[in-house]
Amino acid sequence: MITRLETTDVLVIGGGLAGERCAIEAAAAGQEAMILSLVPPRRSHSCAAQGGMQAALANCVKAEGDSPTVHFLDTVRGSDWGADQEVANIFAEEAPVAVRELAHFGVPWSRVKGGRNHYFIKGEAVDIDEAAENDGLIGQRDFGGTAKWRACYAAAGTGHAALYAIDSEVVRLGITVRDRTEVVSLIHDGSRCLGAVVRCLRTGKYFAVMAKATVIATGGYGRIYGQYTSNATINEGTGAVIALDTGIVPLGNMEAVQFHPTTLSPSGILVTEGCRGDGGYLLDKNLHRFMVDAEPEKQELASRDVVSRHMAQCMRDGKGVDSPYGPHLWLDIRHLGEEHLRTKLLEVWDICRDFAGLNPAEELVPVRPTQHYSMGGVRVNKDGEAYSLSGLFAVGEAACWDMHGFNRLGGNSLAETLVSGRLVGRRVAEHAAGISLRADTGYAFDALAAAEKRAADWLKRSGNGPSIYDIRDAMGETMMHKVGIFRSGDELQEAVSDLAQLLDDCDNAVLRCKDPGVNPELAFALRLKGMLRLAMTVAMGARARTESRGAHFRTDFPLRNDEEWLNRTLVRWAADQPEPSFSYEPTGLIDLPPGHRGYGSDERIEMTQSIDSYNESVLDEQARHGRLASNEDMGSRLSRGAWQEFVH
Amino acid sequence: MSQETKETARRLRFEIFRFNPEDENSEPHTDVFEIDETPFMSLYIALNKIRETHDPGLQFDFACRSAICGSCGMMVNGRPALACRTLTSDLPENIQLYPLPAFKLVGDLSVDTGTWFRGMAERTEAWIHERQPFDPEAQEARMSDDLAEAIYEGDRCIECGCCVASCGVANVDSEFLAGAGLNRVARFMMDPRDQRSDGDWFDVVAGDEGVFGCLGMMACADVCPKELPLLEVYAYLRRKTLGARFVARDDKK
Repeated sequence: MITRLETTDVLVIGGGLAGERCAIEAAAAGQEAMILSLVPPRRSHSCAAQGGMQAALANCVKAEGDSPTVHFLDTVRGSDWGADQEVANIFAEEAPVAVRELAHFGVPWSRVKGGRNHYFIKGEAVDIDEAAENDGLIGQRDFGGTAKWRACYAAAGTGHAALYAIDSEVVRLGITVRDRTEVVSLIHDGSRCLGAVVRCLRTGKYFAVMAKATVIATGGYGRIYGQYTSNATINEGTGAVIALDTGIVPLGNMEAVQFHPTTLSPSGILVTEGCRGDGGYLLDKNLHRFMVDAEPEKQELASRDVVSRHMAQCMRDGKGVDSPYGPHLWLDIRHLGEEHLRTKLLEVWDICRDFAGLNPAEELVPVRPTQHYSMGGVRVNKDGEAYSLSGLFAVGEAACWDMHGFNRLGGNSLAETLVSGRLVGRRVAEHAAGISLRADTGYAFDALAAAEKRAADWLKRSGNGPSIYDIRDAMGETMMHKVGIFRSGDELQEAVSDLAQLLDDCDNAVLRCKDPGVNPELAFALRLKGMLRLAMTVAMGARARTESRGAHFRTDFPLRNDEEWLNRTLVRWAADQPEPSFSYEPTGLIDLPPGHRGYGSDERIEMTQSIDSYNESVLDEQARHGRLASNEDMGSRLSRGAWQEFVH
Repeated sequence: MSQETKETARRLRFEIFRFNPEDENSEPHTDVFEIDETPFMSLYIALNKIRETHDPGLQFDFACRSAICGSCGMMVNGRPALACRTLTSDLPENIQLYPLPAFKLVGDLSVDTGTWFRGMAERTEAWIHERQPFDPEAQEARMSDDLAEAIYEGDRCIECGCCVASCGVANVDSEFLAGAGLNRVARFMMDPRDQRSDGDWFDVVAGDEGVFGCLGMMACADVCPKELPLLEVYAYLRRKTLGARFVARDDKK
């Protein structure tokens, strides 16, 4: 027997690192927390993060001189100035605490070894003596787009180790976890979020949970790219969908989609950036290191958007290796040696053996860029509270907080889950402590009835309609080939038309399985329309943004345009409206003026407006777009001008 | 690439356990499905193909599909395995798939591992029992890289449940910690950050549900997809536990 209506103080949707860390903070502050998760939390996609977590600890020789300010600089440059700079600064300042806290929770971080160490740097074997006094501190490896070695790691299972440690805390605190449950809609009264409607994935039955604060922590939406993603099958963007469906809460920068340079071809399974951080090369079909020509300074360790573009271009130029599944390139990590591969990159060793049948100490690894990360998501203020709907929060990849802008640096997302989980968890607890759960249960029962009707409508439909799986596959083809690494107005227009057709098809699709219980076909059908709507916001957002910034690259508008596009895309789309509505807010208070990233193109259209004049309108403009007031004043956590010491 | 040059693809015959506890008309039985083998076909690809082209009601679990999340443990021709990394080319044409035993059935090939592992974690208090609260101002405590690697080795378990399903004891005693549970205990036992004493550990691991309940058949080590050194883990636990016992007796004298 399932209870139709439950209550809690804090409802966390998603049991990955961000959601669990947030729940821990709320529970530790005395709030009753409940976590809903599609899978047992330790199977969340956080477990697949491999190579590292960025934090400016400055523990090894190649990290000397690192500081949160340098991390802030790297992050803003990596974002191609799309990030909210105050959020990037908060993040960089708190990341070291988050990493050390994980050590306290039990993560077996790889450690610095004092004395002679053998590294590979820019193609050269290098011996470096690590200071004896640093022996045993948390070790750090190189990653893309960073000035220092900053990625803390536990072999190549950093996400796994972090998730197990955090989930151990959840168990210790006795936090309720309801696994195999899926949130299908939010309960709200138009201005306050009151909880969520949930479908049980054991029984197929629905129930509602009313809460003082609701947190979306559902990860990314990579599965709108069909099979062309490194994401798990569960990364279907449900959190973004339920927020979008309110018609009130905007999503931010949905067109900002990251493609990871090295996923295994053809399966799309991630091969960590740590391979290149530890000295691995990319080779074309002639076994030539093309990245040295393309990016003489950073080589294989430019940012992911830049490396992925060079790889895609290399294959367009006919220098890819042909295979029955299309062209790929090679990742060469043979020279790192079997001992290194079987310890510091153990998971890569396993993946190569299990999914490509090869030994990376002796053979080249076939790789190509694949969808990997969603910079866009539920738009929130610096406390993690959603625009326009009080009591709704979002953290981690599901959120557009927005420290990544148009390109996330490797290792910054693991760090974000913990930093934002801690910070937003505190805000969530404060919010919940300050109000009572006095609300009309009618909102819950109405939302519950609507959800049940939606499932019943699917089951009622009969005849010969399109298959939901064909629609899913067509969506993936459209997104990868028309909203991929290189984009153009014509192709984006086609993508929008394709998706409109698929939305129609979805309304006519027919299920073949009418079994009671969870019914896996029905379960997917219930997600499909939301996924198509997300795909549409990505395609339309990309079509409208007539510039190139970070991972959003327009072949017909190849320059970054700070004069017209130094802003964030917001999109709202009520479930009963035929089209989404777009608006644009200022990116945030600017401290570091827009400039060259240090890799990629140095050409751009400069802004003519002064920074001061830009900053003057930010607060009012963002408030006008729905930003709710934060606990502390906007800009209070910018370290204004601190970067000047590091920029010459 | 030798698979692609074969003249004719094999026709695979899947015999799959079926039961939907939510359907009062459902009885446990097996269904047979036939599909053509494709190059590098994994059970992840095969099962999705069966669901999408033959029977849309078929229940099974996958998430990461890269042998990291542990969702897809099932009995493959009588042996527990991760389905995502099992290639059909390594199997005969007749493939029998059953859900993992020892766990509650959700439906067809899908089982409830979440409840089992949460229960195990609660019974063994599988978290760091620290002496001091976290100090956000302090530098991290030091640890040698060798020790970090040793702890990480135990931390690599993905809780897929293959060892539990293969265990003669766990199949009759739902409280038995089995390979995953004992490995988890050993992982915390060797971690100097965990301040539990030998006596504390004795209560956790010395009973019938702990390491002395093990009959030593070691199927767990044979089936572990992560190749965890379970034989060494059990030896470590026995040694530590008995050592604690002798110390305790000495104290009484």
